[in-house]
Amino acid sequence: MHATKLSPLTIVVNLTVLLLVALWTLPTAGLLISSLRDKDQIVASGWWTALTTSSQNGIYRAPPASAQVEENGQFVIAGNVFDGKGGTVSAFGININKPADFEPGAVAERNDGSKLTLQENGDFRLESPKAFEGSRGDRIFFTSAVPPRFTLENYQTVLNSEGIGKSFINSLTVAIPSTIIPILVAAFAAYALAWMKFPGRSILLAVIVGLLVVPLQMSLIPLLKMYNGVGAFFGVPAKGYVGIWLAHMGFGLPLAIYLLRNYIAGLPREIMESARVDGASDFEIFIKIVLPLSYPALASFAIFQFLWTWNDLLIAMVFLGSGDNELVLTGRLVNLLGSRGGNWEILTASAFITIIVPLCVFFALQRYLVRGLLAGSVKGG
Amino acid sequence: MEQLFFAFLTIVIGVAAAIGYFYGSNLLLDMIFPSRIPDTARASENLRKAALVRPWLFLGPALISLAVYLVYPLFSSVVYAFLDRSGENYVGLANFRWMIQDGEFRQSIYNNMLWLIVVPAAATLFGLIIAAMTDRIWWGNIAKSLIFMPMAISFVGASVIWKFVYDYRDAGSEQIGILNAIVVAFGGDPQIWIALPFWNNLFLMVILIWIQTGFAMVLLSAALRGIPEETIEAAIIDGANPWQIFMKIKVPQIWNTIAVVWTTITILVLKVFDIVLAMTNGQWQTQVLANLMFDWMFRGGGDFGKGAAIAVVIMIMVVPIMIWNIRNARREMEGH
Repeated sequence: MHATKLSPLTIVVNLTVLLLVALWTLPTAGLLISSLRDKDQIVASGWWTALTTSSQNGIYRAPPASAQVEENGQFVIAGNVFDGKGGTVSAFGININKPADFEPGAVAERNDGSKLTLQENGDFRLESPKAFEGSRGDRIFFTSAVPPRFTLENYQTVLNSEGIGKSFINSLTVAIPSTIIPILVAAFAAYALAWMKFPGRSILLAVIVGLLVVPLQMSLIPLLKMYNGVGAFFGVPAKGYVGIWLAHMGFGLPLAIYLLRNYIAGLPREIMESARVDGASDFEIFIKIVLPLSYPALASFAIFQFLWTWNDLLIAMVFLGSGDNELVLTGRLVNLLGSRGGNWEILTASAFITIIVPLCVFFALQRYLVRGLLAGSVKGG
Repeated sequence: MEQLFFAFLTIVIGVAAAIGYFYGSNLLLDMIFPSRIPDTARASENLRKAALVRPWLFLGPALISLAVYLVYPLFSSVVYAFLDRSGENYVGLANFRWMIQDGEFRQSIYNNMLWLIVVPAAATLFGLIIAAMTDRIWWGNIAKSLIFMPMAISFVGASVIWKFVYDYRDAGSEQIGILNAIVVAFGGDPQIWIALPFWNNLFLMVILIWIQTGFAMVLLSAALRGIPEETIEAAIIDGANPWQIFMKIKVPQIWNTIAVVWTTITILVLKVFDIVLAMTNGQWQTQVLANLMFDWMFRGGGDFGKGAAIAVVIMIMVVPIMIWNIRNARREMEGH
C-alpha cells in the first residue's frame, strides 16, 4: 500500500487530500487571522489579503478652527490623516461623492476659497486667506494603501469589556467538576457491573445502553420544573453550579459507564481473583488495582466529557442563569452574535478564545481521544 | 480574583464530596459487617452480607442520577405533553393537534428529515473517502489530525466560523466572506447565503458535516486497517483495480462500522440545536425540532405542554435506534 514511485493515482490522491485539508482548515484559519487584524482592516478586505497592502477609503476629520495658526497672512491647519499609524495616500478629495479626484501632492480648491493639499505620507495642509470658523473640523476624503498590521487589540477589548474573561472562568467552573465527578461515579458503577455478581445486572446494562441515545431534550422540561421546585422548597436559587454539575453528570453517565465497563471487563480475571484470595475487599481491589489499570480509558473519557461540557450550550442555557457571574463562553458568544453581529473584530476574537482551550486539549491528547472513540464504537459494531 | 477563588473552592468541595461518599460508605459497611474478626463463622457470614450490599453502594450514585436525569424525565415528559402551558391541567391531545396544524412545526419536521438524510450520509461518505485516501500517503496522519480538529470546536464556535465564511456585503463593495468573494471573483452576484430559503438549510448542514467528518474518518480508518491483508492481496493477484478493491472488498467488510458511524451521527443530528440557534434562530425557513422545542420552552414565558410534545416527537424518532443499539449490545455481551 506504500507507493514509492509517483504514479498518477498517487498524485491525484495527494492533491485531493490536500484540497480536502484546505477545505477543512481554511474556515478556522480565516477566523484566527481575522481576530489578529486591525478592526478597520477586517471590514475593509478579506482575511486572505491580510499579508498584502490593502487599499481602503478613509474619512479624516481635521482639527477644529481652534487649531489654526497664522502664517504669512494665511490661516493654516496641518496634521496627518493616519495619526502616525502609517500608510500611503493614493488619492484624495474634498467631496464625499468624489473621494479620489486629486493626486497626492495636488492642490484642491474648495468652495470657501481655502486650499487643501494632501501628501503621499498623509500630511495635510489646509490654507485659507480668512480665518477658519466653527468647532468641527472639515472632512478630508482619501484613498490609502494600508500596510498589513497585526495586533492583539481585539483580544484585549473582548477580555476586558465584553465579559469574555469572566465567562472563561465560568466555563472552567462548570467543566472541571463536571468532568471529574462523573468519572469517579462511573468507574465505581462500571466495576460493579463488570466484576460483581448481583441480581438484575444484565437488565441494568441493557437500560444503560438504551439511555445512551435518549435525547437531552426529553429531560429539559421535567428537570426545569424539578429544579424550580427544589429551589423554592429550600429557598435557594434554582439555577447554580451544583445543579449544572449534576446535570452534566447525569447526561454523561451512560456513555461513561458503557465505555469504562467495556474496558474494565477486559482486565485479566487472574489479577482480581488473586487479590481476592489475599483478602482484599472489592473497595481495595477497585482503588488499588482497577483504577490504576484503567488510566487509558479514564483519560479518554475525561477528554470527551471535558470537550462536551466546555462546548455545551443547551444545558448551560437551561440550568445556569444568564447573569454575568454564570454565563459560560458559548452562551456569551451566542449573545454577542445577537448584539454585535456586525462587529467582526469582537466576534472573531471571542470565538477564538472559546475554542482555544478545547483545541489545546485536542492536540495534546488526541491519541487518547482516538483510543476512546475506537474502544466505544467499533466494538459495538 | 474572588471568582477564581470561589471556582476553585467549589471544585474542591464537589470532588471531595464524591470521594467522601465512596470512601465513607464502604468504611461504614465494613464496620457494620466486620470480616476481619476472630470468629470465622461470623466473619464469613458478614462477608456474604456485605457482598450483597456493596454492589449497590458502588452503583448507588450512578443509578440515582441516571434515574433522576434520564429515566424519570422520559416518563414525565410524556405526561407533560398532555398538559397545558403551565404543566398543571390536562388538555388531552390538544398539543399534538396544535402541532399538526402548526406551519412552523411542519417546516421543522421537513427540515429535520432533510438534515437526517444529508448530514449522516455526507459525513460518513467524506469520512470514508478521506480514511481511504490518507492511508495511502506519507503525511496522512497530519491530514487526519487537521480534518479531525473541528470535533473539538463547539457548535457555537463553529457557527461563528462559518458565519464569517458566509458573510455578505452589498454588491460592489469588497466581500470579506470567502464564499461570496469566490462567487464574485467568478463574476457572480454576492448572496445572503443564510437567508436563501431551502439552500440555507444546506449551508447550515455544512457546519455539522464539517464537524462530524473527522469522527467518521477516525472510526472508518481504524476499521479499514482491521481488514486482513490476505483478502486484499488475493484481489490484487486476481487483477482487481484499486476502485474495485475498495468497493467490493473493503467496504463490505467494514459495513458494521459504517452502520455505527451512521447511527451515531443520526442521533446527534436529532439533538443539535445550537447551530440553528446561532446562525438563524429558525428564521428564513430553517427551523428544526430541537430548536423549535427550545423556543417553546422560553417563548412568551414558556409553554411546557407544547415543548414536551415536541420532545416526545424527537424521542419517537430515536426509539428504533435505541432498540437496535440494545440488541447489538446484548449480542455482544453473549459473545463474551
